[in-house]
Amino acid sequence: MNELTSPSTKPTWREWLLAEEPTSRRQARAVGWYQGWLAFRSNTLAMIGLIILVFLIVCAIFAPLLATHDPYAQDLGQRLLPPGFQGNLFGTDSLGRDIYSRLLFGARISIYIVLLVAMVAPLIGLIIGTIAGYAGGWIDVVLMRITDIFLAFPRLILALAFVAALGAGIENAVLAIALTAWPPYARIARAETLTIRNTDFIHAIQLQGAGPVRIITKHIWPLCISSLVIRVTLDMAGIILTAAGLGFLGLGAQPPSPEWGAMISEGRKYILDHWWVATIPGLAIFAISLAFNLLGDGLRDVLDPKESGQ
Amino acid sequence: MKQMRCFTAAAVAALMAGVPMAPALAETPPNMLVIANRIDDIKTFDPAESFEFAGADVSRNVYEKLVNFDPMDLDAGFGPQLAASWEISEDGKTITFTMAEGHVFSSGNPVTAKDAEFSLRRAVLLNKTPSFILTQFGFTPENVEDTIVATDDMTLQITLDKEYALSFVLNCLTATIGGIVDMETVMANETDGDMGNAWLRTNTAGSGPYKVVEWKPNESVLMDLNPSYGGEAPAMERVIVQHIQESATQRLLLERGDIDVARNLSPEDIAGLDDVEGVKVIDELRGRLMYFSANQKKEMLADPKVIEALKFATDYEGMANSFLKGQYTVHQAFLPLTFLGALEDKPFSYDMDAAKAALAESGYPDCGPIAISVRDAQERMDIGQSLQNTWGQLGCDIELIVGTGAQTLDRYRAREHDIYLGAWGPDYPDPNTNAGTFAYNPDNSDEAGATGLLAWRNAWDPGEMSDKTLAAVQENDTETRKQMYLDLQAEHQKVSPFGVMFQQIEQNAMGETVENFVAGGATTAVSYWVITK
Amino acid sequence: MPPVPPWLKKLGSTLVTVAVTILGLLFVTFMIGRVMPIDPVLAVIGERATQEQYNEVFYDLGLDKPLIVQFAIYVANVLQGDFGTSIRTGQQVSDDIARVFPATLELATLGTLIGVFLGVPLGVLAAVRRGSWIDQLARFVGLIGYSMPIFWLGLVGLLLFYGILNWVSGPGRVGIFYQGIVEPITGMLLVDSTLRGEWEVFRDAFSHIILPASLLGYYSLAYISRMTRSFMLEQLNSEYIITARVKGLSERKVIWHHAFRNIRIQLITVIALAYANLLEGSVLTEIIFAWPGIGQYITVSLLANDMNAVLGGTIVIGTIFVCLNIFSDLLYRFFDPRSK
Repeated sequence: MNELTSPSTKPTWREWLLAEEPTSRRQARAVGWYQGWLAFRSNTLAMIGLIILVFLIVCAIFAPLLATHDPYAQDLGQRLLPPGFQGNLFGTDSLGRDIYSRLLFGARISIYIVLLVAMVAPLIGLIIGTIAGYAGGWIDVVLMRITDIFLAFPRLILALAFVAALGAGIENAVLAIALTAWPPYARIARAETLTIRNTDFIHAIQLQGAGPVRIITKHIWPLCISSLVIRVTLDMAGIILTAAGLGFLGLGAQPPSPEWGAMISEGRKYILDHWWVATIPGLAIFAISLAFNLLGDGLRDVLDPKESGQ
Repeated sequence: MKQMRCFTAAAVAALMAGVPMAPALAETPPNMLVIANRIDDIKTFDPAESFEFAGADVSRNVYEKLVNFDPMDLDAGFGPQLAASWEISEDGKTITFTMAEGHVFSSGNPVTAKDAEFSLRRAVLLNKTPSFILTQFGFTPENVEDTIVATDDMTLQITLDKEYALSFVLNCLTATIGGIVDMETVMANETDGDMGNAWLRTNTAGSGPYKVVEWKPNESVLMDLNPSYGGEAPAMERVIVQHIQESATQRLLLERGDIDVARNLSPEDIAGLDDVEGVKVIDELRGRLMYFSANQKKEMLADPKVIEALKFATDYEGMANSFLKGQYTVHQAFLPLTFLGALEDKPFSYDMDAAKAALAESGYPDCGPIAISVRDAQERMDIGQSLQNTWGQLGCDIELIVGTGAQTLDRYRAREHDIYLGAWGPDYPDPNTNAGTFAYNPDNSDEAGATGLLAWRNAWDPGEMSDKTLAAVQENDTETRKQMYLDLQAEHQKVSPFGVMFQQIEQNAMGETVENFVAGGATTAVSYWVITK
Repeated sequence: MPPVPPWLKKLGSTLVTVAVTILGLLFVTFMIGRVMPIDPVLAVIGERATQEQYNEVFYDLGLDKPLIVQFAIYVANVLQGDFGTSIRTGQQVSDDIARVFPATLELATLGTLIGVFLGVPLGVLAAVRRGSWIDQLARFVGLIGYSMPIFWLGLVGLLLFYGILNWVSGPGRVGIFYQGIVEPITGMLLVDSTLRGEWEVFRDAFSHIILPASLLGYYSLAYISRMTRSFMLEQLNSEYIITARVKGLSERKVIWHHAFRNIRIQLITVIALAYANLLEGSVLTEIIFAWPGIGQYITVSLLANDMNAVLGGTIVIGTIFVCLNIFSDLLYRFFDPRSK
C-alpha cells in the first residue's frame, strides 16, 4: 500500500516535467525544455554530436591531466616520430613535440575561438538588426546597406584583410571572423523585429509609454534569441573552419601555440613521408565541426520543426 | 629508433610501389631545361632595379657585365667579359676599360662602350634600391656625365671619388646592377622619361646567352637562346623556370621526370630522394646567412653579458642537424664562407652552463621578457621556436611575433624590435657587402635614418669598427685586406649584438644526366648556359 | 513628363543599390589597406633602400595626400578601369586579374556543374524517399561536407590521388610541357584547348582540374542537395501535389512535372549563391593546388602588402558576388508567390 500512497502526494520529477497541465509558469517552461530534450535525445545523430562535443570539452578542460607530454617541449632528437612510437600516441611534429598533447591543448583554443565568436557576432547582428527593423525609415536603409556591403564581401578574404590590418593572432582572428559573420544575424534579427514590431503586444507596450531602447532590449531581443541560437549553432562549424583556415594561412594563432589549423600548415611540408603530422589535426577539426553540425541539426529539429522539413 | 625509421621508410616505399605508377608523361626534351623554383619574388628584370634572388638568376643569363664570374671556376673570382682588359690610373681613381669584340645584343646590335656608359649612368640616374652598389663610389645623378664616360666605342672610363681596392670596384660591377643593356632598344621603349624602366620590367635587352620570351608573374619564366649570342652556343635552347611553391610537389615532379631540377626541396624531401633512381642532389654553399640581432635601444639587450648568454643558449648543432639538416651549416661570422677573409671560428656552442654563468654576471640574472620578430616562413619560425625553447630555459620570457616580410621589416627599420630573426644575402661578391652593414654605422642617431645598415637598425654603434671597415675597402694588398676582415669579424663576434648562426647550403636535386648545374656559390647566381643533359 | 514605368523604377533602384554597395565595398577595402600598420612603401623598395629612395616612392604613391583625397583619386581611376600597378608583379592590376580570373572561373564553374548534376538528383531522391538509405546518404554527405576543412581535404586528396595512387595530376593548371601551347581565347584552358582542338592539352588540363573541381563540387553538392531536398519536401506536402496524386497521376509525373517544376526558380537562386560562394571559397583550394586563380592572387598579394592588387581582386570578386546576389534576389521576388 505504501507504494500507492507516497507517489500520489508528491509527483516524481519526471511526472512533474511531463505534466499536461502545468501549475506554474516555471513548470510550463521546464516542461517545454524537458520535452525538447526528449525530442533531442531521440535524435541519434544529434546525440552523437553532443557526445563528441562533451568529450572534446572534457579533453580541453582536463588537457593538463590527459597530456602525456608538455605540448611546448621540443626535442629535436625525437622529431617526426610515427604514431605510437616511444609513448607518443600520435607521433611527434617537426620540432619533436608530442602531437597528442598538442591536440589536447589545441582543443582549448578551438573552443575558446568558437565561444568568443559566438558571443560577439550575434550580438553585433542583434543590435544592428533590431535597431534597423524597429526604427525603419532611413536608419533601416543605411544599416541594411552597410549589412549588404559586408555580405557582399568575400568572407574569407575580408577576414584575411582584417587580420592583416590588425596583426596576426587569436584575438584578432576572432575579431575578424566576428566582423565578417554578423550580417546574416542582422538580417534574421531585422526580419524577426519586423514581424514583432506591429503586433498588438508591442503597440500595447508603446501605449504604456515604454521608450524604444526598453522595447528593443526587453521585449524584442528575447523573441529574437531562439532563431539566433539555432543559426549560431549551425554556424559554429563554419567558425571553426574559418579559424582553422586563418591558422593554416599563418594569420591565426601564432607559434608555438598548438592551434589545429596552424598544426596542419606546419605539417604540410612533411605530408609525403610523415603523413600524420598534418592528417591528425585535420581529423580533430573534422570531429569538432561534425559534432557542432550534428548538434545544430538536432537543435533545429527540436526548436524549429518547420525549418527542418521533417 | 633507427630500425623503426627504416621500417617506416620501407612501409611507405611498399605503399608507393604497390600501386603502379602512371608512366611519366615524357622525358623533358633534350634541348630544354625545366626547373622548379620559387620565383614569386621577381618584380622586375630591369638590372637597375632587380634585387631579388630569382631575378638575379634570370639576369645573370640575360645580361652580360663588364667583368664576370666563370661558372666553371667560381673560385677564380671575376674575369673579363664585355671588357677585355682594364687599367687603373696612377692616383687609383680612374679605371679605363677596353671593350671586348664579338658581343651582340639579342636585337642584333653590337655591344659598345656607349651601351656600358648608358647602362651604368642609367642605374645611377634611376636611383632604385640597388643603386647604392654603384653610388658608393661617389657617382651621383649630377656627376655621371663626367664620371662615367665612353671616350669612344671601345673605351669606357669611370672615375671614382677616391682610391678603392680595385677588386672591390670590379666585384661590385659583377652584381646584377652591372648588367649592360641595349641602349638603342631600351630608349626606343622609353615612356615618360623613365629610361625604359617600365619596359625592362617585363622585357629584356641583353647580350647574354638567353632572352626572356615570356614571364607570367608567380607562374613561370620562359627563356630562349639569344640568337645573336657571341659565345659558344649553349646546349639548352630553352629554359623554363616554373614556380612551384611546395617542396613535396617539386619532389614528385622530379621523381616523375616532369622537371630536370628541383631547387627548393626540404631536408625531408631530400632524404626521401635517397632511394629514388636517376636523381642526384648537388650541395652548394650559398651566401645567405641566418642571424639574430638585438636592438641596443632595449636596456636589457644592451647588456653584453645578456647577449653572450643568448649566444650560448642557442642550439646551433641541434637545429642544423634536424629541421635545417643539409640546408644550413653552422657559421658564426658575418662573412659567408668562400668570401675573401671569411672567418671560420665558431666561438659559441650550445652550452647552457656558460649561458647561465654569463646571465648571472649580467645586470639581469633573471632575464625578462623578450619578443622575437620572425617572418612567417616555415624555417624561420622553426628557428624562432627553437630559440624560444632554449632561451626560455634561461628564464627569459620569450614571445614570437610572427608577421609578413614587410611587417617585420617595418618594425626592424623603425628600430622597434627586441630581437630580429633575419636572413642576409650579400649584395655583391665583395667582403664589404656584409662588413659595410654588419660592422659599419658612422652615425647611430635616430635622425641619421640609415635604414639600410643592419648596425643602425639595431641601434648599435660599432665604434672604431666603422673606420676599420672603411679602411679595408681601400687596401689594395689582398693578403692585408683579408687579415683586416678576419680581425674585424673576430671582434664583431665578441662584442656585437649580432648572433650569426647559419650559412645556407643549397641542395638542388636534378636528373642524373644533368651536368654543370652551378647555382652560383656564395657570390653569384645560376648559369644555365653551361648545363648539359 | 511621362510617368516612369514601374519596371524602370525598379531597375533604377536596383542599379543604385548595386552602385552604393560597390562603393561601400571599395571604401571598406581601401580603408583596411590604408590603416594597415604596414608600410606600402617597403613592399616596393625592399630591405636595402635608403631613406631618400623611401621618400621618393612615398610621394610617388601619393601617400602624402589626405586619405579622403587618396580615396577619391582611387575611385576615379577605378571608374576608368585603372586599378593601378601591382607592386609584386610590376604589371597593371587589371591585366593581372584578366590573366588569373579565367582560371578561377573555370574551376568554380566545373565545381558548380559537379555540384548541380550530383546534388539536385540526390536532393530530389532524398526528399521523395524520405527516411530511406538514400536520404541518410544525402544527409551524411552534407554533414561531412560541412564539417571538413577544405584545405585539409585537399592535402589528403593530393597525397592519396596524386602522391600515392597517381590517378590525377598534381598542383598547377597544366603540365609544364603543355604550357603556352594553346593560344588563349577565353583564358579557360579546357574551353580553349577544345576550341583549338588540342586534345592532349585538354587531357592534361583535365587531369589537373578534376581533383580541385571535385573538391569544390563536393562542397556545393552538400549545399545544393540539402536545399533541393527541403524545397522538394515542401512541394510534396503541398495540397496541390496531394491533389495531383489523388487524381492518379503517375509518381514520376508528379515528382518531375509538378513538384520539381515548381522549385526550379528557387533552385536557380540556390545555384547562383553556391556559385558565388565557390568563387570566393576557392581561396584555400587554390593555395593548396597552386591554382593560379584570383583567390591565390589576392592572398599572396595580401601577404606581400600589395594593396592595389588586393583591392582590385576584392572589388572584382565583390562585384560578382553582389551581382549574383541581386540576380537571385530579383528572380526570387518575381517568381516566388510568397514574397509578393
